[in-house]
Amino acid sequence: MATFTLPKNSTIGTGQTYKAEPGAKNVKSFKIYRFDPDTGENPRYDTYEIDLDKCGPMVLDALIKIKNEVDTTLTFRRSCREGICGSCAMNIDGMNTLACLKPIEDVQKKDVRITPLPHMPVVKDLVPDLSHIYAQLRSIEPWLKSDTPPPPDEERRQSKDERAKLDGLWECILCFCCSTSCPSYWWNGDRYLGPAVLLQAYRWIADSRDEYTGQRLDNLEDPFRLYRCHTIMNCAATCPKGLNPAQAIGKIKQMMVERQG
Amino acid sequence: MSSMKDAREATMVGRRTDGTRVSRPLSPHLQVYDMTRITSAMSIMHRATGVAWSVGLLVLAWWLLAAAAGPKAFAAVQWFLSSFLGMLMLFGMTAVAWYHTLAGIRHLVWDAGHGFDLPTTYRTGRAVLIGTGVLTVLTWLIVIIAWG
Repeated sequence: MATFTLPKNSTIGTGQTYKAEPGAKNVKSFKIYRFDPDTGENPRYDTYEIDLDKCGPMVLDALIKIKNEVDTTLTFRRSCREGICGSCAMNIDGMNTLACLKPIEDVQKKDVRITPLPHMPVVKDLVPDLSHIYAQLRSIEPWLKSDTPPPPDEERRQSKDERAKLDGLWECILCFCCSTSCPSYWWNGDRYLGPAVLLQAYRWIADSRDEYTGQRLDNLEDPFRLYRCHTIMNCAATCPKGLNPAQAIGKIKQMMVERQG
Repeated sequence: MSSMKDAREATMVGRRTDGTRVSRPLSPHLQVYDMTRITSAMSIMHRATGVAWSVGLLVLAWWLLAAAAGPKAFAAVQWFLSSFLGMLMLFGMTAVAWYHTLAGIRHLVWDAGHGFDLPTTYRTGRAVLIGTGVLTVLTWLIVIIAWG
């Protein structure tokens, strides 16, 4: 059910401010969500003043600088630092994106506010628990399903047109910026699969080599799993890879209608 | 429905370093997300205008009931609707009706499989907003000219 406010244990207090070193000229504040399970206290915002003259251009550079030089307890996921692993997905300045692809100078406000992906259980600081969304991904069986054995010593062939149908789908890195930007997923995420998982579902429905299209559609024919999408379009607006999950969901809905004849 | 627990609740429990259980916070959503974006803002307005329109139909029902009940009751409704508050409400209902209709057509176009790309989404969104303004004023101009 939709609850618009945060539970009591989740309201956010004010924490410490870490001042920039004296003499720093180009200072930007980073207001970062902190939660420490060991204290069990409510989350708080800590503010870190960073000298941008001594920092890389991206928000991830600032986070790494803070962790290395200011506060080693700051916890966040990161790996590739070039937008291909999807680890550093978080909410920056009100929109979900990858910290490694978000230039600090894009944030016009005085503070760069950083919070974990929205409406998720927080493990620590900027690290959300993704186990539920991974289970949802598992439920759509995101792999090639076929009863026909592949030709001997050869791959399963696709025409160029068939392959082109996967463009805009295969590029998804499963960072879940889209699913956690979706109000419908916030309120009904226990049963609604959300944009990221539905885009993956369509990626296999659209694959000419897959022979389980009918069963895949059967699995999605459900008032919640698929039809909680109300074309809000937050998913497409926030995707750091420029993909359009809403369009993929629209195509699934169309196939549902078409197969009824 | 209420007996069914939210499956996500299982992930709201974590462990401390010493192994004891701790209740995890829910990360902020409406509190931090930029809901002024045309995408979600227009979706919320579509729902709000839908609710407002349903309530507005009660006024129409009241008007029709009063007309059937007799001249005295009808005069009372007419008095309210022609008061400043009544006129303001009717003007608001006109805007609500146009917005919900135009945004509804936008949804129908999406459901037919068109206009999903972001530039088009923003363009049709702006068109709905401008269209609501223009058609609301036009409706009232016609009404004023016809009855004035």
